Amino acid sequence: MISISNISKEYSTPYGKVTALKNVNLTIEKGDIYGIVGFSGAGKSTLIRCINRLEEPDSGNIIIDGIDITALDNKALNKSRKKIGMIFQQFNLLDSRTVSENISFSLELDKMPKKKIKERVEEILELVDLSDKKDAYPSQLSGGQKQRVGIARALANKPDILLSDEATSALDPLTTYSILELLRDINKKLNITIILITHELDVIKYICKNTAVIEQGEIIEQGQTESLFLNPKSATLKKFIEILTNFQGKDTFSVGEGI
Amino acid sequence: MSSDLVEILLKGLGETLYMVVATGIIANIIGFILGIFMAITDKGNIWQHIKFNNALGTVINTFRSVPEIILIVVLIPLTRIIVGTSLGTTATIFPLVVGLSPYLARIFESSLRTVERGKIEAALSMGANQYQIVTKVIIPEALPSIIRGITLGLISIIAATAVAGATGAGGLGDLAIRFGYQRYRTDILYSTVIIIILMVQGVQFFGDFSARYVNKKRYKFE
Repeated sequence: MISISNISKEYSTPYGKVTALKNVNLTIEKGDIYGIVGFSGAGKSTLIRCINRLEEPDSGNIIIDGIDITALDNKALNKSRKKIGMIFQQFNLLDSRTVSENISFSLELDKMPKKKIKERVEEILELVDLSDKKDAYPSQLSGGQKQRVGIARALANKPDILLSDEATSALDPLTTYSILELLRDINKKLNITIILITHELDVIKYICKNTAVIEQGEIIEQGQTESLFLNPKSATLKKFIEILTNFQGKDTFSVGEGI
Repeated sequence: MSSDLVEILLKGLGETLYMVVATGIIANIIGFILGIFMAITDKGNIWQHIKFNNALGTVINTFRSVPEIILIVVLIPLTRIIVGTSLGTTATIFPLVVGLSPYLARIFESSLRTVERGKIEAALSMGANQYQIVTKVIIPEALPSIIRGITLGLISIIAATAVAGATGAGGLGDLAIRFGYQRYRTDILYSTVIIIILMVQGVQFFGDFSARYVNKKRYKFE
């Protein structure tokens, strides 16, 4: 279980202080797929990056399975980070490494024996359906394949949590669909908690069990995804749904399209 | 053409190679270490120490702003203490290292900074510590750029050894001045120029080749 309490964060810019997060409170159950949706600049990226402290919150606590992440020193933080995988919009794969070497990165950090690394990498490659690309370099892969490597790399260390920072925002609709299927699949198989932030409402609708809506650094609405969509209260969510229905109109979409 | 030409040139070439190789190795190692510290201690980087960064940056700039030929003269007392003499080829290596390490540090710093922030963040998110990020992310990712930096550095070292020749350091620069300029031996003058051009071309070719080899491996398409 992840409980986020009273997280605040401010940035100083040449034009004055910008509040990125204001007293955010969230509870995310183990095994959930939790979506955080908001427009650009709402603070969703800052929030997810506070969970593994790529961003340091100014105040508040984040407690993951009884451990206060915000109180850890560097060494303990690195240890905790190994159980929190993260995937990114721009994939952030290492060009100097092949697919298998990218996946083995986190295993090398702990000096796992080579033979064990190889076994684990084969296992993960199978899970993300990329066994035939294991010796390719990232530049030889398509966007969807790169994100699969990203997911594989994040999963190599058997984390309890997977953070997804706009992981499908740079992908085409069909690829987005296949990546979401994969995320749902690993959530079921590995019982891993997935927290994903996105500005694509379809992604939330398709995969998230619970959702929070963030607006100007504050969580303004949260709950079960379905009931949230049926009865949107906040201006942001209403606007999101309006845009979605306007774009799609009355056209019928087959599976996977329009995502 | 005199019969002593080949003999004189070979001796000069040997001295130049000695200076270039020795300075190249020592200055590249010092420059590389300084470059890493400059790159990772700056604001927003993985080992942020802004005061240290500013101090080191000032020292580097100070040495970079003194022309090599003046640095050789200024450092004479220190060279005597460290090398034992301020004359000859070996004695010149010390001021060359002092002059070129800061320059190489800046080259390496800018190479290492080309690594995207996102890649470093990905490594951080996997629990890598600073040392692991430097050795497993920053250096391998910047490798093609580092190779080009070493190439640029070696060419500057060749040029600097030729200048050092004017102070009696030996080598091809020394020959060009003592024989070519002071004794009107144009054959020696032009020969040294040609040899230096060939050396620079050779280094550039080898550097380009290595950088291209690394890139080709990474970015080839099936």
